[in-house]
Amino acid sequence: MINKVATVFIWLLAIFVIAIFIFILSDIVIQGMGHISWEYLSQPPSDAGRAGGIAPIIVSTVWIVLSAVIFSAPFGLATAILLSEFTRQENSLSHWVEKCLDLLASIPSIVFGLFGNAFFSLFLGLGFSILSGGLTLACMVLPIFIRTTTEGLRAVPDDYRYSAAALGMTRYAALIHLIIPAAMPAIIAGLMLGIGRAMAETAALIFTSGYVDRMPDSVFDSGRALSIHIYDLSMNVAGGDSKAYAAALVLIVMLLVINSLAIRLTTHWQKNRIINHEIIF
Amino acid sequence: MASILSLSSTDQYLIIGLKLSALLVSGVVLLVFLFLLNESLPLLSQISIFQLFSDSSWHPVDGFYNLSPMLTATLLSTMGALLVATPLGISSAVFSRYYAPAFLKNGYRRLIELLAGIPSVVYGFWGLTTLAPLLATFHPPGVSLLTAILILALMILPTIALTADAAFLGVPTVYYSSAAALGLSRWRVIKDIVLPAARAGIFSGLMLAAGRAIGETMAVLMVAGNVVQFPTSAFDSVRTLTANIALEMAYAMGNHRSALFVSGLVLMMMVSVLVGLTEYFKRYKQ
Amino acid sequence: MKKIALLVFFVIAASFYWGVFAENSVSNESHKLILTGSSTVAPLVAEMGKRFEALHPDVRIDVQTGGSSRGVNDVRNRISDIGMASRALKADESELLSFTIAMDGISVIVNKNNPVTALSRQQIVDIYTGKIVNWQNVGGNNSPITVVNKAEGHSTLDLFLHYFNLNNSDIKADVIIGDNQQGIKTVATVADAIAYVSIGSAEYEAGHEVNIKLLPLEGIAASVENVRNQTFPLSRPLNLITREQPSGIIKAFIEFAGSEQVNDIIDGQYFVPVKH
Repeated sequence: MINKVATVFIWLLAIFVIAIFIFILSDIVIQGMGHISWEYLSQPPSDAGRAGGIAPIIVSTVWIVLSAVIFSAPFGLATAILLSEFTRQENSLSHWVEKCLDLLASIPSIVFGLFGNAFFSLFLGLGFSILSGGLTLACMVLPIFIRTTTEGLRAVPDDYRYSAAALGMTRYAALIHLIIPAAMPAIIAGLMLGIGRAMAETAALIFTSGYVDRMPDSVFDSGRALSIHIYDLSMNVAGGDSKAYAAALVLIVMLLVINSLAIRLTTHWQKNRIINHEIIF
Repeated sequence: MASILSLSSTDQYLIIGLKLSALLVSGVVLLVFLFLLNESLPLLSQISIFQLFSDSSWHPVDGFYNLSPMLTATLLSTMGALLVATPLGISSAVFSRYYAPAFLKNGYRRLIELLAGIPSVVYGFWGLTTLAPLLATFHPPGVSLLTAILILALMILPTIALTADAAFLGVPTVYYSSAAALGLSRWRVIKDIVLPAARAGIFSGLMLAAGRAIGETMAVLMVAGNVVQFPTSAFDSVRTLTANIALEMAYAMGNHRSALFVSGLVLMMMVSVLVGLTEYFKRYKQ
Repeated sequence: MKKIALLVFFVIAASFYWGVFAENSVSNESHKLILTGSSTVAPLVAEMGKRFEALHPDVRIDVQTGGSSRGVNDVRNRISDIGMASRALKADESELLSFTIAMDGISVIVNKNNPVTALSRQQIVDIYTGKIVNWQNVGGNNSPITVVNKAEGHSTLDLFLHYFNLNNSDIKADVIIGDNQQGIKTVATVADAIAYVSIGSAEYEAGHEVNIKLLPLEGIAASVENVRNQTFPLSRPLNLITREQPSGIIKAFIEFAGSEQVNDIIDGQYFVPVKH
């Protein structure tokens, strides 16, 4: 009896949850769809963003995210390689690094904004710029990227490494030619996850890459990210709501594409690892 | 593995390079901490820590630095969000793994995974344009602690669901077969065997979600009303520590700016405590 | 997989192209002016900046907000080139120079559907200090008043407090907002809200079909016209602040901002030009 009650209850809750999210998403799609057009994606904003498009903002967003990836990928990859290839899991260096990464992952984004403003913008003198924002985001993205990459590298079978040793290859060569290529799906998935996180970020960018909505000339210019544009239109511009919906729709679509790519890649390389639990009741 | 393979000189350089990288990366968190500390010092050297909790109000321009109303807002909104999202999240995970028919299983989980990626500003925006006016018809002004709790719950629900799902994955198969042998019904199995076995994973998921809720800025900034006060009801407007930083950072100078960095440190400490708790439970409560 | 990678590469290359080539070519001698300060002045100066950039293709004008106090402080600490303030300089800021580019006023606003058409000085004080909490006590509907106050650091707040002889700690607010636009938006969407914002912003938005109306102050209608003929009691100058006698681009921009070439921009934002 209670089994049946529980079943109904669980189904209802699940449907409730899905219904809420579908409600929110369809709200955004319906209200934002009407404004999306080629002009919207290729024109600069005017009238404080109530008219025109979001071309410079998309460009700024891409540049900020690219800077974040360019700065975090090499160091992230190197750290992941160290953690998976050259240290035992219980080793104190790897333990220390992993604890630091856990802490880093838990710092609130606004605190990164404070740090980015104090360090990149003021101390290093970059001011309000895409680079400031990108560097701050690089710090935020590191833990995610390293975690996924480390797992991907660890998943590469040891046979690869032993075969390489038998052939007399250096560890370095083995890495370049065998192990990293084998772990590539996981590495790219990690990058995609990091990119997804970076694109969704708002609080860290307000005080580092700023509000200027002009097409940036270089990474040293201030540039407005898509998430900040949504914030500005909804909080600071009276009558800006409809354009905010459109921008939100663009952002969501971009994120959906990136996150599905990441998920598709992750399941692709996880297929060899996960034992599917088939529960037969 | 590493010990049986001897290192050529290329490899030795490689290892040095890798270690330097790792040190740099782990140095970032120290750098963040140090910079926050550095910016907080001007204020901390002038007032006692007690003032952060005992001053009459938060009016930094006039020299009053009481953080407690905002700290309370942060804590209440996080706890409220956890209260709302935990049952929904766990039952979502239970549904997708144990109750959903085959064609829904993966689809449901995929949907939750994609929802986890929706930016906070979009949730905040929706809250501002749809949820707040809706609540305003019941009890003005519509932007309040309750609105913040609801929006936060929406945001952490996918996290809780996904980590619970991963925890369920780790339950040994033998548990299920033993339960089946004992003739237990599905609900009994979930309630008395799976959930307790997955307890550790679910708990760390909750801590992760709590950390996210504490650190959330944009969504609460947009829907909580931003009045610095102790809420007397869920419909009161509140300002969390995170929203305060976002609001005042743009024009804060001198000691006011330091005070904001101090609140940043408080936030960092709160989340580190959560991370520590997770570690503790992971290690000792298996 | 390859197709997606190709698409991603194409998007990145395209955005790079947009950024570098599609722009009017900027000479290597590009100058950048950074202005920060009042959120009231910022939209006006941003529009002026765009026109200035069109006339001087090698100049970039970057405008960030943050409040009048920040405007003053940033220019003092050489973080910005010009500060924007929606008030006159204070006594302890006398080492700086200010150049008035327009006049503005502060008006109390309520939702367009609110039956109340006027509030006396005492009523406004009582509403903001929490002594009157229901609209019916001032001739409106039976519903609680949602009081909207400005965050600290904005001169709109300072001027409001000064005019009504209040301290910020006296005010019992239900919602606190940062920029003028946020206040306008709150009043437009919450039927029983009351706020005070710059007249320029309020008239502009009311003319753009936003759901607010401006209440008269001490019997004088809150309008740009009344700020112009100096009958409106709560007016203020909109200033550009520099730390020394301006020269070069800074001088060019300040002269431009104070000239008749921008009167239409000022009128368009519903402020009052100083030169006629």
